[in-house]
Amino acid sequence: MSVNWGVLQFPGSCDERDALNACLLATGGHGSARLVWHEETDLSGLDAIVVPGGFSYGDYLRAGAIAGLSPVMGAVADFAADGGPVLGICNGFQVLCEAELLPGALLDNTGTRFICRQGDLVVGDAESPFLTGLTAGETVSVPFKHQSGRFFAPPELLAEIEANRQVAFRYAPGQNPNGSLGDIAGVTNEAGNVLGLMPHPEHAVESFTGSTDGLALFRGVAGAIAGSPA
Amino acid sequence: MRVLIRPKEGILDAQGKAVETALPALGFEGIREVRVGRIVELEADSTERLEELCEKLLANPLIEDYEIVTPA
Repeated sequence: MSVNWGVLQFPGSCDERDALNACLLATGGHGSARLVWHEETDLSGLDAIVVPGGFSYGDYLRAGAIAGLSPVMGAVADFAADGGPVLGICNGFQVLCEAELLPGALLDNTGTRFICRQGDLVVGDAESPFLTGLTAGETVSVPFKHQSGRFFAPPELLAEIEANRQVAFRYAPGQNPNGSLGDIAGVTNEAGNVLGLMPHPEHAVESFTGSTDGLALFRGVAGAIAGSPA
Repeated sequence: MRVLIRPKEGILDAQGKAVETALPALGFEGIREVRVGRIVELEADSTERLEELCEKLLANPLIEDYEIVTPA
């Protein structure tokens, strides 16, 4: 299976190199991954997009707000509307919410502190190409690393997200680090091809970091693109 | 012109809560319900699209209320 990945880069992105590495590891030498600058508007030739973590535009105004309106995001919206897989991680999740490609919003952690530690997520029952290598209820260990990770949606929207089975990940019982509603750590769009999560699967792809659980997301989408589960 | 942006009612404002929690230790008693928002000051050639700017960028309507204040 050969997958051409695009990893967006905004001024202030800082996790794009790890995302590139995760993409390439997942496709085991049969794919390519390139950075996509935020001013680019042509995503042709790319099979999957990653919106990486960091502090796009310094996270001024609100985390992800300015990036959500940047030129590349128009192209990402078209790519997603055509069913292309888009993965947003941390700031990338914030950007996708601000761009209204994912439901909800991310608020400052209730504890007001930046969180940086390894933690566990429980896989939700959302249907997404990113989840094809994972089973609902399974636990994965990945780094939590964020300042504004408290998932919020008004009650009606939250009910919709739950009813549509759009919850991709929840913090494991007792591990909600930021006050997220419903312990939600990641959601998909209704179609499932856009997935955002606060914790960092791209930092958990090689054994020296303590966990390789994050690789499953990248392999999952690579497998889905190739037409069979990885 | 000024745009005043504040967290919506009912949403926990972590920043406001942190300030409020610190007040007694700093010697400020009897102050409650602290909420922290922000002010965007701007000059605009035309104010026609200001609402749109507020809705799309300056505020996130899911979590924030905004108010456009024009000088008297």
